[in-house]
Amino acid sequence: MADVPRAAKLRTDGLNVHYGDFHALKNVTAVIGERRLTALIGPSGCGKSTFLRVFNRMNDRVAGCRVEGIVELDGQPLYRRGVDIEALRRQVGMVFQRPNPFPLSIFENVVFGPRIHALAAGAELEAVAERCLGAVGLWDDLKDRLDDSALTLTPEQMQRLCIARAIAVEPDVLLMDEPCSSLDPIATLRIESLMRELSHRYTILVVTHNMQQAARISDDTGFLLLGELVELGPTATVFTRPRDRRTEDYVTGGFG
Amino acid sequence: MTTRRHINAQFDVELRSLKDQISAMGSLVDRHVGEAVAALIERDRERARRVIEADRAVNQSELAIDEQCIRVLALQQPAASDLRFIAAALKMVTDLERIGDLAVNMAERVPALCEEPALRAVEELPQMAAAAQTMLRDVLEAFVNGDPVKAEAVLAADPAIDAWSVRIFDEVQSVMGRDPSSVPRGLATIFFAKHIERMADHTTNVAEMVIYLVRGQDVRHAKASSSPQRSPT
Repeated sequence: MADVPRAAKLRTDGLNVHYGDFHALKNVTAVIGERRLTALIGPSGCGKSTFLRVFNRMNDRVAGCRVEGIVELDGQPLYRRGVDIEALRRQVGMVFQRPNPFPLSIFENVVFGPRIHALAAGAELEAVAERCLGAVGLWDDLKDRLDDSALTLTPEQMQRLCIARAIAVEPDVLLMDEPCSSLDPIATLRIESLMRELSHRYTILVVTHNMQQAARISDDTGFLLLGELVELGPTATVFTRPRDRRTEDYVTGGFG
Repeated sequence: MTTRRHINAQFDVELRSLKDQISAMGSLVDRHVGEAVAALIERDRERARRVIEADRAVNQSELAIDEQCIRVLALQQPAASDLRFIAAALKMVTDLERIGDLAVNMAERVPALCEEPALRAVEELPQMAAAAQTMLRDVLEAFVNGDPVKAEAVLAADPAIDAWSVRIFDEVQSVMGRDPSSVPRGLATIFFAKHIERMADHTTNVAEMVIYLVRGQDVRHAKASSSPQRSPT
């Protein structure tokens, strides 16, 4: 096995993913740095979301999906027999495109994970709620209405709540699949700012269709095209002097 | 850069327009330098005065190009080679504008050089200016065609201009030492040569920007220690 750089949180080597006959990821070799915010960009169907979902084994639920090659979290293989998927998903949290709070109270949403994973109980749960809602900037606004239904929140608040729910189980990694695409531009900027803050504590991998968003918030950017990871490097380099002509065409909106 | 096109066709229109304007501004300052030199050769103060007046058009070009660059940055959010193009354009217009100013400075020396019989060194000024103008035309061509090799050739041409300026300086200095009455003409001659030498320096700045925008490689100050004779810019 090749040396794993000390800062590597997630790593793939020769990763191939098939959905039946469809070759969704082709020989992808990547290192995702610890406590870095890595953005994945590329046209629809390029494999961004598939790549993201490799790391919490969400693709396992898709019929006909085959994953081959090395996938590691902290140097440990994720696709070995006997991997505890529940534990993995606690360590690798996920935030989706559409805010999807449970039809429960605000409080119950945040403590849902810690409760079912038996990480906390009783009064500890209140401390978890305060810590997590505080981390996503909701505590001051919502502390007096924790028993209200989460479905009464604005879309931005709902997305913050989903992030609070994700970090409540103390993951190392957050996977975010277009977390701002259902938000207005100002809410988007605020969630981006939250993501930057969170990236000091968590390794964040975010899929986005918004190239300016990738440029604004990420440390590293990966460009995928037709299942291939064309380029993965420091965001400032990818957006000023990309190595590959295909990246150049994509980030400039060019062709020909 | 020259062959690529964008999905957003309006962006192509903007970039092409910028390129045309920069190219036109370069040709304009080249003409002004040529006119200043012609005024020197013909000992024509009126022609020199027209060069000074015409600089207004150069300044207007600078403002128009700057404004368009800022607009493209704000509205099109360029990336990669497009971003480098805009960044380079903003710097290049500053150098072209300075070359325009140097044409004015050359023209301003013409009256002093018309007063008395010219020193021998004045004969060389048109040739020296022609060499600097060749650099300028080459760099404009390199810019239009996205040709970093041609831009490198422009960089390579600069030391000869520097050396030429030093030779003229030495010759005129010794003339002034022997004949104090030649000092006003001598100083004007030295200044004129210096303006040409500075013009070549600004041209090399443009050449560095052409290399940057094509290759994404910053070659400025790379040879700072090996070419001490080049004036800081």
